Amino acid sequence: MAANPMTQFEVYRIGPEIKVGAFDISFTNASLFMVISSLAILIIFNLGSKKNSILPNKIQLLAELSYSFVSKMISDTAGSKAKPYFSFIFSLFMFVLFCNMFGMIPYTFTVTSHIIVTFVLAAFIFIGVTVIGFIKHGFGYLKLFVPSGVPIVLLPLIVVIEIISYLSRPISLSVRLFANMMAGHTMMKVFGGFVVSLGIVGGWLPLSFSVALTGLEILVAFLQAYVFAILTCIYLNDALNLHH
Amino acid sequence: MFKKLFLYSLIANFFFTNKIFAAESGGMPQLNPEFWISQIFWLVLTFGVLYIVLSKLILPKISANLELRKSQIQENIEAAEKQRESSEAKLKEFDGIILKSKIEAKNIFKDAREKVIKNINSKKETLDKQIDDEIKKAEVEIDTLRQSAPEKINKIAVVTSNEILKKLIGAEVNNSSISAIVDDLVKKNGDKYYGH
Repeated sequence: MAANPMTQFEVYRIGPEIKVGAFDISFTNASLFMVISSLAILIIFNLGSKKNSILPNKIQLLAELSYSFVSKMISDTAGSKAKPYFSFIFSLFMFVLFCNMFGMIPYTFTVTSHIIVTFVLAAFIFIGVTVIGFIKHGFGYLKLFVPSGVPIVLLPLIVVIEIISYLSRPISLSVRLFANMMAGHTMMKVFGGFVVSLGIVGGWLPLSFSVALTGLEILVAFLQAYVFAILTCIYLNDALNLHH
Repeated sequence: MFKKLFLYSLIANFFFTNKIFAAESGGMPQLNPEFWISQIFWLVLTFGVLYIVLSKLILPKISANLELRKSQIQENIEAAEKQRESSEAKLKEFDGIILKSKIEAKNIFKDAREKVIKNINSKKETLDKQIDDEIKKAEVEIDTLRQSAPEKINKIAVVTSNEILKKLIGAEVNNSSISAIVDDLVKKNGDKYYGH
């Protein structure tokens, strides 16, 4: 079992099978880590917002720095019009970040390494952004597919490409996160397997690789959460401020 | 762009072929749809709760805390600025008072000096005047003495001449005739006698 690097992504039931109609909504290890991540976020930010002292303590500083970080990210990429969506993007960023980071602890499960999870998030963002775009601009939102300053001859081609690019947004958004997480964890597992199989003589090299990879994966875990949030901001920016 | 499209089509292929993969042991567990619904359900539930609690309870508190801190710091800065300004004004006032008192002291000194000088001058003047008066008085006295001197001398001359004549010739001579002679002589030789 340990030899297969993909077993770490297996989802299994924890507790009894729960069925609603034809749907199986049993509590699984994936659900467990979703709950753990959400609870961790809520506990940290609740502690960080409880007291307000002029000189913040560590946890308050953490909460407030995260707040200003996300706030600055949104105002930089999507402008002041994106303010009502701050809570959503903040929750999204924190949820993805915590899921990624909890996945870095050995023997845990990485929620974001599952395409279905990232795809649901991405699809929700895609639909939400499209709805916001049509509400804000009506059918004028379709101008997004017609970039200005393009020769008439090229226009049909460009419009087709733009539409495909727009429609592929949820896929690119979800696959980017999922593939990064899955590849990183698989690689770590593979190198970990090498350590075991090469033993005390030759295991040091893959072990050092594993150590380096752990650092890299922590960076990737943060970076992918950031990229996920910032791409959401960029899509939101397209919907709120139609530039084309 | 086309590279991307190629990648996406590859991934789409994964979706269609997942049944084949799932059948094999060691395929991607991600493509096994057994727990997809469960994952979607729990994702929506946990993320929904997270979003609602964060947006309704926690984020407004953090935002309020930040605002409060900002305004408090701003207030403190403003208060410090105000105090600095007031202290500067007080310093200026203090300087003004010092300058004023310096000027006042100078003025007092000047006044005193002037007063003293005036006093001295006035005293000098009165003294001068007194001296002048004395001198004038003395001069007048001398003058009157001088003026009255010839008359007295004349009288003395008349009386003595009368006495001399009486002693010499034993005859009483009329005073008026002697004085006429003396007057005549004085008129003739007054300058010689009195040094005028």
